[in-house]
Amino acid sequence: MDNLLIPRGVRRTSFGSFLLWLLPWFAMLSVGLYAIYLCLAEGLFHTNMDNRFAFGIWIFLDLTVIALGAGAFFTGFLLYIVRRKELAAVINSAVIIGLICYSGAVLVLMVDVGQPLRAWFTFWHPNTHSMLTEVTFCLTCYLVVLLIEYLPIVIKNRQLRQIPKFLVFEFELHKLMPVFAGIGTFLSFFHQGSLGGLFGVLRGRPFAFREELGIWPSTFFLFVISAAAAGPSFIMLTTRLVEKITRKRLVRENVYQLLGKVSGLMLVAYVLLKSIDTLIWINSTSPGTGFPAFEYYATQSFGTWILFTEIVLFGLLPALVLLSSRLRSDRRLLFGAAFMVCCGIMLNRFVMTIQTLALPTLPFDAFLTYLPSWQEVAAFAFVIAYGVILYSVTYRYAVVFPQERELNLAAGPESVPAKQSLLSRLRPRFAVQLIQKFVSLF
Amino acid sequence: METNERKQYRFGMVIDLDKCSGCGACTVACAVENNVAPAVPSTTTRNGLTWMNVTAVHSGAAYPDCETVFVPMSCQQCENETPCLTVCPQNAVDIDPVTGIVGQVPQRCLGCRYCMTACPYHARYFNWRDPEWTDGMTQQLNPDVAPRMRGVVEKCNFCHARLHAARQKAAANGSREIDPADYVPACVESCPASAITFGDLNNPSSPVAILAADKNSFRFLARLGTEPKVHYHSSKQWVREMAERSKTRTQQEAFHG
Repeated sequence: MDNLLIPRGVRRTSFGSFLLWLLPWFAMLSVGLYAIYLCLAEGLFHTNMDNRFAFGIWIFLDLTVIALGAGAFFTGFLLYIVRRKELAAVINSAVIIGLICYSGAVLVLMVDVGQPLRAWFTFWHPNTHSMLTEVTFCLTCYLVVLLIEYLPIVIKNRQLRQIPKFLVFEFELHKLMPVFAGIGTFLSFFHQGSLGGLFGVLRGRPFAFREELGIWPSTFFLFVISAAAAGPSFIMLTTRLVEKITRKRLVRENVYQLLGKVSGLMLVAYVLLKSIDTLIWINSTSPGTGFPAFEYYATQSFGTWILFTEIVLFGLLPALVLLSSRLRSDRRLLFGAAFMVCCGIMLNRFVMTIQTLALPTLPFDAFLTYLPSWQEVAAFAFVIAYGVILYSVTYRYAVVFPQERELNLAAGPESVPAKQSLLSRLRPRFAVQLIQKFVSLF
Repeated sequence: METNERKQYRFGMVIDLDKCSGCGACTVACAVENNVAPAVPSTTTRNGLTWMNVTAVHSGAAYPDCETVFVPMSCQQCENETPCLTVCPQNAVDIDPVTGIVGQVPQRCLGCRYCMTACPYHARYFNWRDPEWTDGMTQQLNPDVAPRMRGVVEKCNFCHARLHAARQKAAANGSREIDPADYVPACVESCPASAITFGDLNNPSSPVAILAADKNSFRFLARLGTEPKVHYHSSKQWVREMAERSKTRTQQEAFHG
């Protein structure tokens, strides 16, 4: 039915099977949409956040997906600025993942804030001292950059390419890609950093508060480096996942090896700086505010194991695996290490958000617990479902992995089946003619 | 010679914990004065709106030496690197340069709750639901204070409407400066034990400044360096030590062995 929209030379499942694949995700999307409606229409009392646990699972997961989505900017940086041409094989996927992560995070943020219609206030009368202002500006701008980077992927669709203006536009856009990659890197550096700075500047939360390096707390730089480490690993994992689901080879082994090596290099730098930062915090910053650091770990659920897991188990260990070409060549170790890197980044964001709020500050305060409500979980499930749907549709109708055709030539011929109904042949052409007419109006 | 320079106030308070009986009159008076909507049945201590929150703290000593102190806690009006001020992305938190009062502009608040995360005293409150008053209760709303809507943060502002009223009265009398007797926040006025002393900390002869300078006066989390303008006072050593303890232990661990 949609065969004429599918890129040439690649094999895709039947339209029916594709719809069947999307069905559960649409169900998840609907439940999430209902939860979002409840929060927006009736209020945030539908969540389990409260005055003491003012940030919950949404902020934690927002920080996580933004870190995981860093693969978009970092792969773009390596491809267009550092000129590592091998990464052209995954750049489209990285851009889609980035777009999903960032747009999803912004969407959840819009539900999370009490007055989403006032979001423009930050642009109108911004507090230039606030890390959140920097995050808002950079995040919004970078989302626009990601949309611009996503556009050529869509325009490269088999039918859309037939429109000459689109082709010219795509060609011109392609020439500008290094510029957008540069802008994306610049913006990402600041918003990834500012997300770390969000917590590092909290003087009233000695668990999160860090010394300043220049005008930023150390968490600013730690968040940038950790995101740059996690991004490539997440690109590896998602690409591998798509390979597993589609049962196809999508990229060459050298691409995985390069991504693994880059991730390992960034991770080892992160582990080193994080260790130094932790030592300074334990011995100087925290005691200076009247809070001996060991007391943060006195509570059973958040013992020192969490620090060990974050730095050694999910930091040093995968870094060593990814840096060793011998260990990295073992696929199980490679993807296992990439998975651990992503878990580590998730744990770090959890510690900075949830653990910071769970620990009491006042001497008569109790340790706080928080369990998200179903509405909070469902709202984030909405983002996951939206991501899967957007990725699936893009993968089906656009060339996400340029090496796919070449790597799967032996697997079979064209995607267009032998029998094709007249209707299915006509519909896309009619649609193309319509689009052409529309474009010619301008 | 007449000058255009206005007097620089630094309003603050001292709460005498030896006098506080934990009756909660300050909490109620604050809510009535500032149009805080009544709580719904499902409200807990963690999601209600209590600009002035009273907590019972036990000494942990064995009977018969066990003691309890009630700690009323509102916005501590931090003076140095005010944690909530710098974090707000859209300038919804401000400090009045004339009075030193840390204010909140609910009309500008996005409801991101970053300020609540930043506040070490947990003295900021979010409107998790629409405020609702029953029919009769709308008659007792304070016309000088705008009720807040769902999705914004609010907190103690030392009864800003009363400051305005005092200023208007002073202006009507042809004066630029307010009479200290005309500006008394609701919690101070309502306390049956007169445990709260309010006034200008810049005036060394004011009762509040004298009490704040007393050797038995202290501030919570003083080592954070935020210089709160709300002081506490107690003659009991364990109470003063408790404020300095600043440990991240649970209440049970801290005060019950």
